[in-house]
Amino acid sequence: MNRCIRHAAAFCLLLLLALLANAVRVQVLRAGEFDANPANRRIAVARFADPRGDIFAAGRRITGSRPTGGQLRYARTYTDGPLYAPVTGFSSQVYGASLLEGTEDGVLSGTDGRLASQPLWHELTRARQRGGDVHTTIDPDAQRAAYAGLAGRRGAVAALDPATGRILALVSSPSYDPAALAGAGPQAAEAWQRLTSDPDQPMLDRAIRQTYPPGSTFKVVTAAAGLERGRITDLRAPTDSPDPYPLPGTSVRLGNESGGCADASVYDAFRISCNTVFAKLGADLGPGAVAAQAERFGFNDAGLRIPTRVAASTVDTAMSADRTALSSIGQFDTRATPLQMAMVAAAVGDGGRLMTPYLVDRVTDHSGLTVATTRPKVLRQAVSARTAGALQELMEAAVADGTGGNAAIPGAAVGGKTGTAQHGEANEGTPYAWFISYARPPGAARAAVAVAVVVEDAGAVRADISGGGNAAPIAREVMRAVLDSPAAPAAPAPPDAAGAPGASGASGAFSPPEPAVSGPGESRRRSPGP
Amino acid sequence: MTAHERNASDRAARSSPPTAAAPRPGRRRGVELSLLAAAVLVCVYGYAEVGLARSGSVPPGTLGYGAGLAALALVAHLAVRARAGYADPLLLPIAVLLNGIGLVLIYRLDLEPSLGPRAEPSQLVWSATGVALFALAVLALRDHRVLARYAYVCGTLALALLVVPILFPAVNGARIWVRIAGFSLQPGEFAKVLLAVFFAGHLSANRAALAYAGRRIARLRAVPWLGRLQLPTGRVLGPVLAVWLLSVGVLVLERDLGTSLLFFCLFVVMLYVATGRTGWIAVGLLLAAAGAVAVGAAEPHVHSRVEDWLHPFATVDAGLGPNQLAQSLFSFAGGGVLGAGLGQGYSYTIGFAAKSDFVLATAGEEVGLAGLCALLLLYALLVERGFRAGLSLRDPFGRLLATGLASILALQVFVITGGVMDLIPLTGMAMPFLAQGGSSVVTNWLIVAVLIRASDRARRPEGGAG
Repeated sequence: MNRCIRHAAAFCLLLLLALLANAVRVQVLRAGEFDANPANRRIAVARFADPRGDIFAAGRRITGSRPTGGQLRYARTYTDGPLYAPVTGFSSQVYGASLLEGTEDGVLSGTDGRLASQPLWHELTRARQRGGDVHTTIDPDAQRAAYAGLAGRRGAVAALDPATGRILALVSSPSYDPAALAGAGPQAAEAWQRLTSDPDQPMLDRAIRQTYPPGSTFKVVTAAAGLERGRITDLRAPTDSPDPYPLPGTSVRLGNESGGCADASVYDAFRISCNTVFAKLGADLGPGAVAAQAERFGFNDAGLRIPTRVAASTVDTAMSADRTALSSIGQFDTRATPLQMAMVAAAVGDGGRLMTPYLVDRVTDHSGLTVATTRPKVLRQAVSARTAGALQELMEAAVADGTGGNAAIPGAAVGGKTGTAQHGEANEGTPYAWFISYARPPGAARAAVAVAVVVEDAGAVRADISGGGNAAPIAREVMRAVLDSPAAPAAPAPPDAAGAPGASGASGAFSPPEPAVSGPGESRRRSPGP
Repeated sequence: MTAHERNASDRAARSSPPTAAAPRPGRRRGVELSLLAAAVLVCVYGYAEVGLARSGSVPPGTLGYGAGLAALALVAHLAVRARAGYADPLLLPIAVLLNGIGLVLIYRLDLEPSLGPRAEPSQLVWSATGVALFALAVLALRDHRVLARYAYVCGTLALALLVVPILFPAVNGARIWVRIAGFSLQPGEFAKVLLAVFFAGHLSANRAALAYAGRRIARLRAVPWLGRLQLPTGRVLGPVLAVWLLSVGVLVLERDLGTSLLFFCLFVVMLYVATGRTGWIAVGLLLAAAGAVAVGAAEPHVHSRVEDWLHPFATVDAGLGPNQLAQSLFSFAGGGVLGAGLGQGYSYTIGFAAKSDFVLATAGEEVGLAGLCALLLLYALLVERGFRAGLSLRDPFGRLLATGLASILALQVFVITGGVMDLIPLTGMAMPFLAQGGSSVVTNWLIVAVLIRASDRARRPEGGAG
């Protein structure tokens, strides 16, 4: 009998070995496959198990978390959701995340290694890290002014601090409330359905993701090319430009919206926005020159991230002369995001130096300890300081005595450029009204704010003046908000004002995700504005 | 068994060959006590860890839980010390440890509101009942051989218990529950022990016939085994076969697949051990295969289980979301090698049976492969100690009983672990000590009580009081 009992015991041992082998199969060999199964809710559940970190604007939370009582325990809430949607994006339990909610997800959800005080221990214990906070560069006053200015019309506003590249406002209209998408219930599905099928595309971040023909605002780039190439030596000298201007090699005659453009000086042509003068200037410079200048301002760069990806603004580098002429006045297939045009205005306002725009000022852990700070970085010198000075003269004239009069702010030096972009089949579409500008506080050497405004449905007035009429007042209010702001844009400066790479000390500076071309240690800072 | 008979058997044992006179282990009650203390500490630590992981603080019930578990362990230990001084010192600590871990897992799952009302308090009551019955059994049952007298009573009772649930409505597709005044019992659980007693009693009582038959045809070794099988069939196998067929038939009616499989295997193992005939295993396997195919094809409830086993993600592919088995596999995979940590897994996604049939998935996810292996090895140790008692005992009834009980434990662990990890088709069964279920906990404590009693007899020095 003992032999049989031993056999029975051996049989049980076999069963045990089968169980152990199977456990290894399930928990080790095939674990990855099971983990990755889309029906496995673990990742989603873990992701929403704790309140997310928050996104801040000027020290105030613009996001929050609410307990759902469901399996996915916390859903996102938004303060002033539609206002900040182009900054925050949405974080949905079903539809993923977009914009900052997406790019900064590691920080907000707590998976980012920088949040762990003891990374190795964190790796070992796999303990959940509380989500950190993302502090944006947004100036709520400017944001609000821009949003109120658009007043629900389709359009966008981007505002920058030219000295640092800090993005002060990023508004897209019409907007939406990301809170509608936060949960997992049928309301979220309904909202998603409604928002994605809305012809107004409320979820499109027009400030950074939509490109428009820049229209006459592109004349700043053309003028810069002319100045840099030595084609324009005297702003006041009359040019040899016919009105209308026959586009080279075609029978098309390009006209102007206003009179007095025949042989007008660059100064006057810019001030009253003559198409003929700049079309001819561009054609004379050739496609390469204008495109090269545009690229120095940031065009044709698909890699720009703030850290959200910015749609590439484009300008053709090889075109026939007539197309170059049209391109030079922001038509044909030249396209720009509002942020790109704000960068153009900012570079002009800051002596030709183009800073890398950025939206995340710093990242803190949940207790408020800074774990990373963005240092301003020079993207490139777009134009020489001399050219920048000339462009400033032109832009300030356009505001002081030209099409951009609506942007004038008493006591501040404001430079601007209007634009009306025609688009659609045979230019049948309602023109886009553009305005780009910068404002310099009294007594300051450099601009404190640069803005680009697009209003899509700018009325039927096919006049360059519509940029001045529709878009310029919005730009003015945004600039005024920044200039009036008690915490001037440069005030919450990163600690490394000295510009030394390691000067940020214990906070551990990090580079923006896209290490764009930049001068070493170029984080020289301006003195604060007013 | 009279005192005279007992003395006779003792004398017989004394006159056995010198191999049986191997050095006997000591009483080892101190070892048992320290192991018990360690087991209680492990469980209290687990309890506290769940609270720490979930709410950042040690749960207020920790002290009560620890004190309760320690009290249970102490009661059991004192009973063993009083009446089974030579019992195997590992059996009780393993049982306490497994029961304690089970309570921790159920407490942890109680923290998930989606899994229904709290089960831990009632499980604690059932565990206490189990330990009380354990102590009672150890104190009252002076000698396991007494049970042999009640073999046929046990057989009848087992059948009766198995039949009773037919009168009650089915729960989750299986008709194995008896619900009276808010209490629900699974009589099939108790039937396991009773049936083991019956098999052991009947087979050992007729051992003479088996042995005689074995001797008679010892000369005919060359003859195929089929020729040898016929001898014991009528007299000895008749009742066993009848009871077994009845119980399996009833269980199939009740759709209690796990228990029918368990009884089937138990029967084959005990018959093999009693007769020493390999042929019985072959016959058993053939019958099992035929039965499985027949039931699997005819019975939709079983058929779906087999389908789930073969294609655990079929519902996912069909866009219906993961079923329980798929969720269970996700849980095990989520645990990986080291586990997510107690309280930090998502095994509650399994749903309604997470505290009973699928409790192991929580262990797999939260203590990982390492913890699961440790748990399985604990069971293996318990089973091995049962077999060891069987090997050391000198009375055939005791040897068969200990072997049978150890096999029951091993088969339960295999069937449920294999089921929730997609090794074999899933059959509803309770993981001994771990799973929520009063009948199961009580039954397993009784199994341990009998094993303690048997091991006490096995390890008692010859000539000692017994």
